[in-house]
Amino acid sequence: MTETPATTTLIKGARLLGGEPADILVRGGVITEVGAGLDAAGAQVVDAAGLIALPGLVDLHTHLREPGREDAETVESGTKAAAMGGYTAVHAMANTDPVADTAGVVEQVWRLGREAGYCDVQPVGAVTRGIAGEQLAELGAMADSAASVRVFSDDGHCVSDAVIMRRALEYVKAFDGVVAQHAQEPRLTEGAQMNEGEVSAALGLRGWPAVAEEAIIARDVLLAQHVGSRLHVCHVSTAGSVDVIRWAKSKGCPVTAEVTPHHLLLDDTRAESYDPIFKVNPPLRTAEDVHALRDALADGTIDCVATDHAPHPVEAKETEWAVAAMGMIGLETALPVVQEAMVDTGLLDWAGVADRMAYRPARIGRLSGQGRPLETGSPANITLYDPSPRRAVDPSAMTSKSRNTPFAGLELPGRVVATFLRGEPTVLEGKLQ
Amino acid sequence: MNRHLISAADLTRDDALLVLDTAEELAQVAGRSIKKLPTLRGRTVVNLFFEDSTRTRISFEAAAKRLSADVINFSAKGSSVSKGESLKDTALTLEAMGADGVVIRHGASGAPHRLAGWVRGSVVNAGDGTHEHPTQALLDAFTMRRRLGDLEGRRITIVGDVLHSRVARSNVLLLDTLGADVTVVAPPTLLPVAIGTWPCRVSYDLDAVLPKSDVVMMLRVQQERMNAAYFPTVREYSRRYGLDADRMAQLPEHAIVMHPGPMNRGVEIAAEVADSVRSTIVEQVANGVSARMAVLYLLLGGSEPAIGQEVSP
Amino acid sequence: MNAASRPPRPVGSRAAEGDPRPKAVLEGPDIRRALTRIAHEILERTKGGHDVLLLGIQTRGVTLAERLAGLLREVEGRPVPWGSLDVTMYRDDLRMRPARALGRTELPSDGVDDRVVVLVDDVLFSGRTVRAALDALNDLGRPRAVQLAVLVDRGHRELPIRADYVGKNLPTSMRETVKVLLDENDGRDAVLLGPVPEPVGSPVPGPAGGAE
Repeated sequence: MTETPATTTLIKGARLLGGEPADILVRGGVITEVGAGLDAAGAQVVDAAGLIALPGLVDLHTHLREPGREDAETVESGTKAAAMGGYTAVHAMANTDPVADTAGVVEQVWRLGREAGYCDVQPVGAVTRGIAGEQLAELGAMADSAASVRVFSDDGHCVSDAVIMRRALEYVKAFDGVVAQHAQEPRLTEGAQMNEGEVSAALGLRGWPAVAEEAIIARDVLLAQHVGSRLHVCHVSTAGSVDVIRWAKSKGCPVTAEVTPHHLLLDDTRAESYDPIFKVNPPLRTAEDVHALRDALADGTIDCVATDHAPHPVEAKETEWAVAAMGMIGLETALPVVQEAMVDTGLLDWAGVADRMAYRPARIGRLSGQGRPLETGSPANITLYDPSPRRAVDPSAMTSKSRNTPFAGLELPGRVVATFLRGEPTVLEGKLQ
Repeated sequence: MNRHLISAADLTRDDALLVLDTAEELAQVAGRSIKKLPTLRGRTVVNLFFEDSTRTRISFEAAAKRLSADVINFSAKGSSVSKGESLKDTALTLEAMGADGVVIRHGASGAPHRLAGWVRGSVVNAGDGTHEHPTQALLDAFTMRRRLGDLEGRRITIVGDVLHSRVARSNVLLLDTLGADVTVVAPPTLLPVAIGTWPCRVSYDLDAVLPKSDVVMMLRVQQERMNAAYFPTVREYSRRYGLDADRMAQLPEHAIVMHPGPMNRGVEIAAEVADSVRSTIVEQVANGVSARMAVLYLLLGGSEPAIGQEVSP
Repeated sequence: MNAASRPPRPVGSRAAEGDPRPKAVLEGPDIRRALTRIAHEILERTKGGHDVLLLGIQTRGVTLAERLAGLLREVEGRPVPWGSLDVTMYRDDLRMRPARALGRTELPSDGVDDRVVVLVDDVLFSGRTVRAALDALNDLGRPRAVQLAVLVDRGHRELPIRADYVGKNLPTSMRETVKVLLDENDGRDAVLLGPVPEPVGSPVPGPAGGAE
């Protein structure tokens, strides 16, 4: 669907970034006019009265599971879920099987994304071969491939060796890349099951100390500062990490950071059910951490929301906690969760949501055609969102192949009504096109 | 929804006293020529043991049999579980067999909690991972009460690997419920970082606490901790936290020494202490059957359980 | 023969009229006289009460057994052993209610073997409690003989069981309850006859409610 669509679409009466209603005229995949009372003969008209228009959302952190775990998700099913969640671009994480550590694998994922056509799929390349943390992968080859990889991550594993991390940070400067670190000191988290604290002590689940994340972030911001390279911190989960990043930014360190929707809404008391639907890496932290993360996203210390959408088959979660897989799906609930945690609490307005969920992630990932303002000349990547309905999250209604949402049964606000990818609707009236 | 005994916190003070009083009555059965009551005739109790624990399994088995329940022992070794069957599938099998009660021992914390969401019968936690072992706490409290009377205000000291001990967790909770004054003593490496939120005092100094203890309960030092830098050497651990005859002499006259077993003689407890008249270690085994009979009777004997907590699936 | 062989006659129509107030059919002196008579009957039937062991069924049967033991001692001038028996674990209606607390079973140190055990209870009704007591006794040893003494026999037997010593035969309807109050347990001595409490919201199920 990269060919230019011939259709003309007129979106009537949408509130741009939650502001005043306006019409948006889309022609040839590009926004050609924004204003009041627009008219276009022969245009497909979308009545968007009462809906909020946002730039198409961009996810920096998605596990599409293909190749290797097609039972959990495929590029096609994952991008469909992304479109349903209002996304027009996702970054596909590298921990597939085989690992996306060569030009061949990243091009395969990139091609599958183009064929599916529900949203742009930008592959993330592994930092080290086989995400084993020992030898650098061919970062340059991946950067030069058709997939034009700019984000490199061993996500799921920490690049814990300080020398490897330093080299990776330095090396990607050559093609304006960024290393997205999964900050987890491995020795401090051997066998760890959940946040270390009052709840883990009571439940007898091995603790995952906040310091295991914070120590790596502290080391990495110092390294990034030293070598002058871009560092991105994946799924920040603790108040202490926020403090370290805030300090680093104040010193001019080129660091960016993301937070997941689940870390903005849920805390570690969820583990009291022993239901591994709440088992995730990094673990759900305390209520104080949740508040610190919200404040940091609001003040920009944390740059963006990234889903860490991590699909798993049912049998990987219907088990004892200790043997269950870590991870949660999140593409289809991200915007409602952000509304609940940030907008309805008054921490962020809709312009802020556009910034944290579209502009900034696109900028970090160096995606030129994504995360553009809703103005004349921008690619017509648009999400129409109705913030008013509240409903319980129903896992069986998910478009993702997997059902492992931690929000099941929770009442959340809002609904994505339509998603346009370069003018072409991928979702209309809440239904996949 | 059914009620279960998964955590010592599932028991209110009234519940706990009911179990202890019931155990006291049932202890008489052990002294009779016919050590059997017809109470659970026709009820099926499944002993589901995913970890080897002969002493706990036979204790539950004796308890269920003395109440005339049909007992099915299901050990994970050599069964379909060792061939990769999931806990959930095992639970569905139990459902098909119509188990009224499931006694589960499992290496994963929370496994009994999960099981309770999948079966209709009452689940009794016989030890899960590093979480809890509530019937051990009940038999310990029962043993203390028989030796010392009411536990209100009694000073109880628990010594050793509190971090990994399900016995310690359950005991701290139950003894607090019963109004006792609990102190845990361990090297800081073997205490949870959030120990401050537990209803007990904390000390690193065993000698300071012993003279003020009515009960001292020694926990087993697991072999695997000895190799994971929790303490420098076994000798040092033993010297600082082991109970030998000299230390025992610091205890008040009436104080008792407990150990949930199995013991590492010469590590956390000296042989002469384990075999002394203060030691309740053999009584604890006998009392285990009475306490477990009480739990099984109160959960399974009536139209619905008289104790325990519900678990939402 | 006693009430077991006679069809019970409803007394009046108070219950049918719904009078909620229980009426005392025996007062303290009546109970004292009834127990004294039972004590004498026991001595007569057991030829001086030598091997007798009085076993009270929890709860009020135990109080009655203790009182009977006192009366026997007064008459014979020597102590008569007595004990308590809790039959909860032997009841056939265990599964109709949540499991409940157990009472004490306390026997003299030489047990029940070769004794003439006189079971003592407050009210004889369906006979199921006595059946449970016989089962419990069977697990405790082998008495030479077992007899039954009750303060009140209210009829409506559901098992082939009869009492050897009866304080008072009290014909009742199924819509009535018989409640024995004893000073040691309840602060006064009396036998009350009243209507069955409304079943709605009542923890006591059906017409079998009451002392048994």
